Amino acid sequence: MNTTETDMARFSELVKALVPEAEIHEGKQFAEITVPPASLLAAAEALKENPDTRCDYLINLTGVDYGTELGVIYHLGSSKHGQIIVLKTKTPERANPVLESVCGIWRTAEFHEREAYDLLGIRFSNHPDLRRLFLDDTWGFPLRKDYVDDTNTAANGEDRE
Amino acid sequence: MAKIENEAAYGGAEEQNEYVINIGPQHPSTHGVLRLVVTLQGEIVKNVQPHVGYIHRGIEKMCESITYPQIIHLTDRMDYLSAHMNNEAVCLAVENALEMEIPDRIKVIRTLMSELTRIQSHQLFWATYGMDMGGQTCFFYGLRDREKILDIFEETTGGRMIVSYNCLGGVMYDLHPNFRKRVKDFIKYFRSIIHEYDAILTGNIIFRERTMGIGPLTLDDAVSFGVTGPSGRASGFSCDIRKHAPYSAYDRVIFNEVLLTEGDTYSRYLVRMEEMKESMNIIDQLIDNIPEGAHAVKMKPVIKLPEGEYYQRVETARGELGVFIISDGNKNPCRVKFRSPNLVNLGVLNHISKEFKIADLIAIAGSLDFVIPDIDR
Amino acid sequence: MIIKPIINNVSSATQPWWKVFYDFSPLVRSVDEGIRSSMTPFWADATELIIVGVLFLLFYAITGLFLVYAERKVCAFIQNRLGPNRIGPYGVFQTVADLIKLLFKELIPIKNADRFLFNMAPYIVIIVNFMVLGAIPFAKGLHAIDLNIGIFYIIAISSLNVIGAFLAGWASNNKYSLIGAMRSGAMMVSYELSLGLSLITMVILAGTMQLSEIVEAQRSGWFIFKGHIPAFIAFVVYLISGIAETNRGPFDLAEAESELAAGYHTEYSGIKFAFFYLSEFINMFIVASIAATIFFGGWMPLHIGNWDGFNRIMDIIPPFIWYLGKTFCIIYLIMLFKWTFPRLRIDQLLTLEWKYLLPVNLVNILIMALIVLLGWHF
Repeated sequence: MNTTETDMARFSELVKALVPEAEIHEGKQFAEITVPPASLLAAAEALKENPDTRCDYLINLTGVDYGTELGVIYHLGSSKHGQIIVLKTKTPERANPVLESVCGIWRTAEFHEREAYDLLGIRFSNHPDLRRLFLDDTWGFPLRKDYVDDTNTAANGEDRE
Repeated sequence: MAKIENEAAYGGAEEQNEYVINIGPQHPSTHGVLRLVVTLQGEIVKNVQPHVGYIHRGIEKMCESITYPQIIHLTDRMDYLSAHMNNEAVCLAVENALEMEIPDRIKVIRTLMSELTRIQSHQLFWATYGMDMGGQTCFFYGLRDREKILDIFEETTGGRMIVSYNCLGGVMYDLHPNFRKRVKDFIKYFRSIIHEYDAILTGNIIFRERTMGIGPLTLDDAVSFGVTGPSGRASGFSCDIRKHAPYSAYDRVIFNEVLLTEGDTYSRYLVRMEEMKESMNIIDQLIDNIPEGAHAVKMKPVIKLPEGEYYQRVETARGELGVFIISDGNKNPCRVKFRSPNLVNLGVLNHISKEFKIADLIAIAGSLDFVIPDIDR
Repeated sequence: MIIKPIINNVSSATQPWWKVFYDFSPLVRSVDEGIRSSMTPFWADATELIIVGVLFLLFYAITGLFLVYAERKVCAFIQNRLGPNRIGPYGVFQTVADLIKLLFKELIPIKNADRFLFNMAPYIVIIVNFMVLGAIPFAKGLHAIDLNIGIFYIIAISSLNVIGAFLAGWASNNKYSLIGAMRSGAMMVSYELSLGLSLITMVILAGTMQLSEIVEAQRSGWFIFKGHIPAFIAFVVYLISGIAETNRGPFDLAEAESELAAGYHTEYSGIKFAFFYLSEFINMFIVASIAATIFFGGWMPLHIGNWDGFNRIMDIIPPFIWYLGKTFCIIYLIMLFKWTFPRLRIDQLLTLEWKYLLPVNLVNILIMALIVLLGWHF
């Protein structure tokens, strides 16, 4: 599934035409597209609708804490073609990070985004039902690198209130 | 306590004549601690809100502070019925990242074990599904045959369900001398007895009436909801990773991807029945051709992944398991994400069980074959 | 003071004592005479009532325990396992141990439950059981009340069962229980029809509603053979609706374990739960014994027309063995159903009744009436 050189060039052209502000480079495994948060939704829509990419299957949505920025990585597959395209976006805002929800494009994103919100605190606007998935509302966001949990760590030994 | 964001999702019945019941966290048919908040009108399901997290252990968080060989043994505890495939996914991800060459023997052993795991998982599905439908005899028939596979596992790996057989660069121990004979015996036995499964459940008129046309999932919805595994393939979504991105020894065996088009509960059930037969075919092709050699490649004591992002997909018994590792070059990963098939499949439950009866909800949820620890991680 | 004349009376010179197993009426009559000759009529009635009550209680408990044990063994047999095998030989005392455990269990009071109705429901179920048991002929002369409208009485009383289930579901103040109760209501009310109509088919053939006379009428052959096709149809319909009446699988929607936890008795614990549990088994016994009485001659041995030699050989086996044998064969059949079939859905259940069983039944009554009119039965 690794793209060859010529494929990659053709693909870059294609994506540039769809989303002008995208950065494209070949990752270790898949072609990776990085877009600013503002054009995330447009890029996702374009990748899904374009007959050459047809990314109608959102394989995976991962929220990542890069230390200074929070980001979301979308692994996009296709039920027609075999390729995987990685779509990335980052936001420098840590206090109240907000990204567009892709629920309207891939319905599977609903649970994925709830999970990312639960564990990393990334809010997704226009999400139909953005609640925490696993943890209750009093928790912090445990997958953030700066997360310190005084109350729940085993070393502390005390029960949470 | 922070404010609950969406009252309706916590079971506010808005319409008149609607009421809410909790199925779970302790309930005979949720197979674990899944809680479904069901809005009903009489017996008719109007809305299903899954509430998960009752056994959330923070496996992804734990992974950030342990080494790669340790992660493998945490993954057993996700989808405990596909324990071997979960191990394999992490191993493959790390091995591919290190660009290691894995000998054929290891690949074949892993494939054999995966397929045995798949058969026992589907057997348990059949057993519990029969019980969900009220036919309790199925449970004992299914477990009777599953025991034989667990015995094979025990002999070789020492574990029965949580096998922890994989390690980086190979498998923990070599195959037991009896392995080949016992697997062959099992295949012979199971081929001769699988017709009982059809006789007691598949062909039963009550069972057919209960499942045919219930909970239909169209192909477009299956793709959009990302429903993979047997549940997705029942809707015609060709999503078998073994076919589309072959790993281990799947590129050298001939097997069919079982695809149906109806997408109802009955076809989700049928796909699993057929997959058991396909798995037996795969084992047939490999069991006499296990290459000689060592059972593991020697690894460095400290394993550090080069900086970068690695994604590995594996077909478990329930669908596509993805392992996504972001490494910053240390011996611990920077971020690990497991794309669990069960959590994604759970997302479709509300969509396909609306306007059906409460008994159908149990049938639909059963046919999606959840393993709760994999949902929660 | 009363025992002696009874023994004298029963084992007189004309017949040996074991003849009583073939005909209980001399024994019953002499007990009655003994009691009546030694006390005033009021106290005699009271004593007899108590004796009958105690006998039925004993019978109820023993049958219940045995059926629970039998069910566990039968289901183990079907499911490739051993079943209870630790307490006593072949585990026969397992159910006794279970009963003791249930007796000692805490009766959990339910907050916000209707206490009075909640506590009353199990008793209603039990009382209904007893009332039906009283009208069943167990053997020749072993019959508590032989009403001349026996079948009518049984149909009427057994439909009271639904009140117990309904009260339990309503009073528990639990949604699972309520759904279970509603289901059992819908189910029992519908299947009551088929049950009654299939019995009426047989009443047409028998020409009487008195159970002792129905049994007597089968001296020359059981009704299932005498009434051939319509009788057989009636038997199948009766069996299906009888299983539905007892809330057993594949019709156990009211307590559907995988859907409703335990249906209408979710909130019951300890001995109150045991009452529901036991009554389910006694209900099964009642359904089976009515089937045995109406279709298979009750305690009447297998007789074929006027084959005197054959009939005499069959007469060697005592009537109550015949009765129990037939009843347990049917119980075994009912158990086989439960452990083989998956559960139906509520709408399918009602469709089966209203769209299939009821029309079949009505046509069947017509056919039976025609056959009786034309004398086409044996």
